[in-house]
Amino acid sequence: MEKIRVLIVDDSSVMRKIVERSIRQAGIDLSEVHEASNGAEALGVIKQHSVDLVLCDINMPVMDGLDFVRQLQAVESAKGVPVVMITTEGSESHVVQALSAGAKGYIRKPFTPEQVKEHVVPLLGGSK
Amino acid sequence: MNTTVNMDGSSRNTESWLPLLELATREVFEIMLGCKLEAPPATVAVRGEFTAMVGLAGQLCGLLTLRCTSRSAAAMTGKMLNLDASEVHEQVWDAIGEVANMIAGNFKNKLTGISDSCMLSVPTVISGSDYDYHSMADTGPLEIILGFEGAPISVAVEIHS
Repeated sequence: MEKIRVLIVDDSSVMRKIVERSIRQAGIDLSEVHEASNGAEALGVIKQHSVDLVLCDINMPVMDGLDFVRQLQAVESAKGVPVVMITTEGSESHVVQALSAGAKGYIRKPFTPEQVKEHVVPLLGGSK
Repeated sequence: MNTTVNMDGSSRNTESWLPLLELATREVFEIMLGCKLEAPPATVAVRGEFTAMVGLAGQLCGLLTLRCTSRSAAAMTGKMLNLDASEVHEQVWDAIGEVANMIAGNFKNKLTGISDSCMLSVPTVISGSDYDYHSMADTGPLEIILGFEGAPISVAVEIHS
């Protein structure tokens, strides 16, 4: 598997570090790690940097994760980039909303590196 | 873990939620901090030098609080960031807010029929123990006290009808 470029979106800087560490512990090599603390910031980052994967919280100030995923669909440079939600909001309705908005996976906090691997690796395909 | 308790709005036996609150708390510490919580040390009261709060709104309405000492808060932060507790500073606020947030989310996800209709607030963290706290809850808090690295921590849920 090649190294990938990831964008981690969470209003908690501690959680962003934990997510990054979990990705590495899942055996996924990272060439670039970009961070954003809300959806609006994430849209700005993704317009400036190409990424292979986005991991995104739902409950955030300014712009939440669901709005971010919806608005991401209109960003040409982000077409085909998989988004996986990582959130404490574990209800079925949130899962349905996230997948309907365009997310490709859903991980509930607390989570293990194995869960990250299980949800993320299939999305990266053989090319990454 | 998939343990859940069915709940309908007409009859809440909140005492039965205590084991779920404890399980939710233990899971967060084991999975995200890599440590097992112990029985609380005897005769040591919880000193709430840090209090993290997460609001619950919707079908289940109330407040979850996590209280611990400054030393425990620094130790939790260190475990989350793989740092020595002496190396953590302002990250403490963020870290224990996230711990409270994950406990609240994990707890409500174990209450069947609640998760879809209950939202969590962003966490608020208070430092200092010299404050009065007035809850609008109808009943006393559901509280568990567990041991973390030799010191007690408190996790409590207060429910409004």
